[in-house]
Amino acid sequence: MECADRKFQKLQEIISRHEAKVSHLIAILQEVQEEYRYLPQEVMTYIATALNISPATVYGVATFYAQFSLVPKGKYVIRVCDGTACHVRGSEPIHFALRQELSLRPGQQTTDDLQFTVETVSCLGACGLAPVMTVNGEEVYGQMTPEGVMEVLAKLRGTAQA
Amino acid sequence: MLKSREDLNLLYEEARSYIKKEDMRILVCAGTGCVANGSLKIYEALKEQIKNKGLAVKVELVDDVPHPVAVNVSGCHGFCQMGPLVRFDPSGVLYCKVKEADVAEIVEKHIINKQIVERLLYHNPVTGETFTTQDEIPFYKEQIRVALANCGRINPDDINDCIAHGGYQALAKVLFEMDPDSVINEVVASGLRGRGGGGFPTGRKWQFAKNAAGSKKYIICNGDEGDPGAFMDRSVMEGDPHRVLEGMMIAGYAIGADEGYIYVRAEYPLAVKRLRKAIADAEKLGLLGENILGSGFNFRIHIKEGAGAFVCGEETALIASIEGQRGMPRPRPPFPAVSGLWGCPTIINNVETLANLAPIILNGGAWFKGYGTETSPGTKTFALAGQVSHTGLVEVPMGMTLRDVVFKIGGGLRDGKKYKAVQIGGPSGGCLTEQHLDLPLDYDELIKVGAMVGSGGLVVMGHDTCMVEVAKFFMGFVQNESCGKCVPCREGTKRMLELLTKITEGKGTPEDLALLEELALIVKDGSLCGLGKTAPNPVLTTLRYFRQEYEAHVYERKCPAGVCKALAEYYIEAEKCKGCGLCARVCPASAISGEKKQPHSIDLDKCLKCGTCIEKCKFGAIAIR
Repeated sequence: MECADRKFQKLQEIISRHEAKVSHLIAILQEVQEEYRYLPQEVMTYIATALNISPATVYGVATFYAQFSLVPKGKYVIRVCDGTACHVRGSEPIHFALRQELSLRPGQQTTDDLQFTVETVSCLGACGLAPVMTVNGEEVYGQMTPEGVMEVLAKLRGTAQA
Repeated sequence: MLKSREDLNLLYEEARSYIKKEDMRILVCAGTGCVANGSLKIYEALKEQIKNKGLAVKVELVDDVPHPVAVNVSGCHGFCQMGPLVRFDPSGVLYCKVKEADVAEIVEKHIINKQIVERLLYHNPVTGETFTTQDEIPFYKEQIRVALANCGRINPDDINDCIAHGGYQALAKVLFEMDPDSVINEVVASGLRGRGGGGFPTGRKWQFAKNAAGSKKYIICNGDEGDPGAFMDRSVMEGDPHRVLEGMMIAGYAIGADEGYIYVRAEYPLAVKRLRKAIADAEKLGLLGENILGSGFNFRIHIKEGAGAFVCGEETALIASIEGQRGMPRPRPPFPAVSGLWGCPTIINNVETLANLAPIILNGGAWFKGYGTETSPGTKTFALAGQVSHTGLVEVPMGMTLRDVVFKIGGGLRDGKKYKAVQIGGPSGGCLTEQHLDLPLDYDELIKVGAMVGSGGLVVMGHDTCMVEVAKFFMGFVQNESCGKCVPCREGTKRMLELLTKITEGKGTPEDLALLEELALIVKDGSLCGLGKTAPNPVLTTLRYFRQEYEAHVYERKCPAGVCKALAEYYIEAEKCKGCGLCARVCPASAISGEKKQPHSIDLDKCLKCGTCIEKCKFGAIAIR
């Protein structure tokens, strides 16, 4: 139980910082997700109570926006851009190579060991470098090739072991 | 703290004097593209090595160093394909594709011995011509930069640098020389139209908001930019954030608002960071907050990070999102200019629209109208991407032809591909063919042919692109992004995607084609908001200009471009294959096998038809049937 208490304490801090304002719901969810890497159900219920709105409202917002995830994500979130520019310059083979290398089943986004999550996004806004992928939203890899994917994964696995 | 216009002018003079003391200014591009290619390492190495050579280095504008070499990071220079870019002022020399290893040579040769490092200059791959300065390069030569004027020229993190380049002068002019009506009149006179896509006259929108009842009003800067294939707003926010803030304040003064929100995509962390710093710096100087420059005008700006929903580009959906709800649009009227954020009159302007305001105020509406066409004045930024040689960010006068943009600025198609189409305006826009190459790019001309300027994404496609697949790609996107509130959009786009999928799988019938067209028109007419109303455009334009491709899929069960998986078969011509094994190594699906020095073969069950092998094969041995 101690663990759960601590969890809610952090959560309460975030909510208090936003003065429990309903208009800050999205920002609250963003910060909470940053903390837990996803939105656990009990957390959403807690937020609903704290903001004095229905859990359905919180759930409605959480499921509406692409950024929110209701299931845990991996340590490394790899986003393959499938914007128009990347699409016509071959984002699909990159996506395929990633999924194959990580042995993801159809519909599965996160590896069983919670190390990697593979997603496609609509546009990362680096079209000049198409095709593009990012790791954890920070490292941007431009002009990717399926071979390049292997190198990046090898690098990440290396750091994962270290 | 600046307390008056005189204070601002004094700071301007002081900042200019610091620039005059610089012997040389080096600008390392720190746009997203160049950073991804390691430009920040180049920046660090430059600083380090210049210092090691005993030269005086200046990092901040106000560092008081005699005869310094100033090393700065800057926003996007636009020439993304050739990045990382390093520009030298005042000479204007531009080095392309610079690597960390080149820094020593640049320092030794260029900075100390004042010689040009030839090999890092831009070389035209076709003519072999070499260009020393940025302005001579064809990519830049045809451009006119208004909104992007300071992108790549200033350090976006340094407010002093911004002020030295004329930042906040337009705000001062507005506050001390103009009343709100004359500001609006100037913008009306400029003919500026909303750069986010719709193209509604900005000045007229402001008039509505100014005349609307209520003492509390808001300005919203739309930096959501959800269009796949577009990145101009990102570049402006990252490269010249103060220009955006200044534009918001000018708009605020004009309509009587004292508060503003910037709605930025969460996928743009660098833009958020730079905007936050810009706001904090401006507040510290007193350029934001209470009684700005002693004028009595108050303005505050908040940042709201979006959470990933294309529909939030729609004004009413964006407002709902700022209020903390699902980003769903509502019927208009009432328009946000009358009843917007929390029921107050609200103006939503796109980033690029706001970036045009300061130059319009400083130079006058008539000056702005001197560029562009009669009904679409000014310049427009386009994100040039796809199969074009020089991808990047360009700003051209409205009315320039597509041919000039693609071939003069973009340098034509890459890898010897043949021009097939451009997709302009993202999911709301359309695909234009060869016959439109001489079409002037302006709002009205594009609407006439079924496309739209949109936010300015311009994706060039080569002969190996299947237009049916492209239409399916966009339909998949809008189907995914439809908020689901109205039936035509929710159900219509879903059915259209099903039909397109059926056609690309070779199962389409002539009736499906007719139904697709009918549905497209219904979704266009019946949807509630701009997303649904424009969603069928890619389908309608491809049906109009590339109908024979649809028909090939339906009647001949063939994909002429060899893209659609169910219809194309890749095979290796045994007599041409040398058995080098390169194709097998690059194949992401491990579908190619064969003995060394023996003709290889493709396992069609595994083949993705991605074309990687065709591109890599040196002997032209792989073909599609």
